[in-house]
Amino acid sequence: MTVWIAIAATALGCYVVKLAGLLVPAGALERPLVRRLAALLPVALLAALTAQQTFADGHALVLDARAAGLAAAAVALVLRAPFLLVVAAAVLVTAGVRAMGG
Amino acid sequence: MTSAGGGLTLLQTCALSLLVFTGASQFALVGALAAGGNPLTAAAGAFFLGVRNTFYGLRLSQLLALPRAVRPFAAQWVIDETTAVTLAQPTRRAARIGFTVTGLTLYVLWNLTTLLGALGAKAIGDTDAWGLDAAGPAVFLALLAPMLKTTIERAVAALAVLLGLGLLPVLPAGVPVLVAALAAPIALYVEGRRQGGTRNDAQEEDR
Repeated sequence: MTVWIAIAATALGCYVVKLAGLLVPAGALERPLVRRLAALLPVALLAALTAQQTFADGHALVLDARAAGLAAAAVALVLRAPFLLVVAAAVLVTAGVRAMGG
Repeated sequence: MTSAGGGLTLLQTCALSLLVFTGASQFALVGALAAGGNPLTAAAGAFFLGVRNTFYGLRLSQLLALPRAVRPFAAQWVIDETTAVTLAQPTRRAARIGFTVTGLTLYVLWNLTTLLGALGAKAIGDTDAWGLDAAGPAVFLALLAPMLKTTIERAVAALAVLLGLGLLPVLPAGVPVLVAALAAPIALYVEGRRQGGTRNDAQEEDR
């Protein structure tokens, strides 16, 4: 039963925060400063998230095969490779480094 | 698989994916419950991880301009992945299509894999050995890169990376990313001060 309570509380809380952003009236977002802030916030969040998914292992920072994979993806991006090739480069290099025992 | 290991039933595991649909929050909840945590404390941790979706919603509501009646239904799909895809689209039409296709695809796949995982499908083996754990950040990187057009966007991203990584060892899960969001107002503040400074300089030169 306690598990169901936790699931219900999480589902409700997570849905409310998702909806909250969408329901902010357009008028409140019209000021140029607010507009720019709303545009920059996802950039900050996604950048931090990308870095964490690359270098985090729980609460520890690690430098492992994923970093090599992301570096390969970055090179592919600089070379203007298509999207799927960028992701494939990351996956293949990560798997390759792991296979070599990295 | 994580949920099944954490002592949740098949129904509970699937309900979690269907109703919560924010991966990080789900893993946090299951982890906290498995560790014997109080259900509401566990839910609070998961909630923190979900708060960033509010910031996504602010931007998405501008880009998608959804009718009010549609918003409660679209809300469930306001997550990292749909935001990254939508932000990368050049037009409103493309943004709406990107949001819908990404949301629908992920919702179906996420719930299917949850069901298969809960049923004990271990035939897939260790996905990490295939390097698939690098696919997520690579997708984000590829979607983020075109957004880093000007100095301020690059400064925000760099500062957010530093905050997100630097605070990771010391703050509870989910909080470092929220603190990293402060990179946006900080960058705007610094930019405002600089422009204010140059404006004052110009006025002084006029005199």
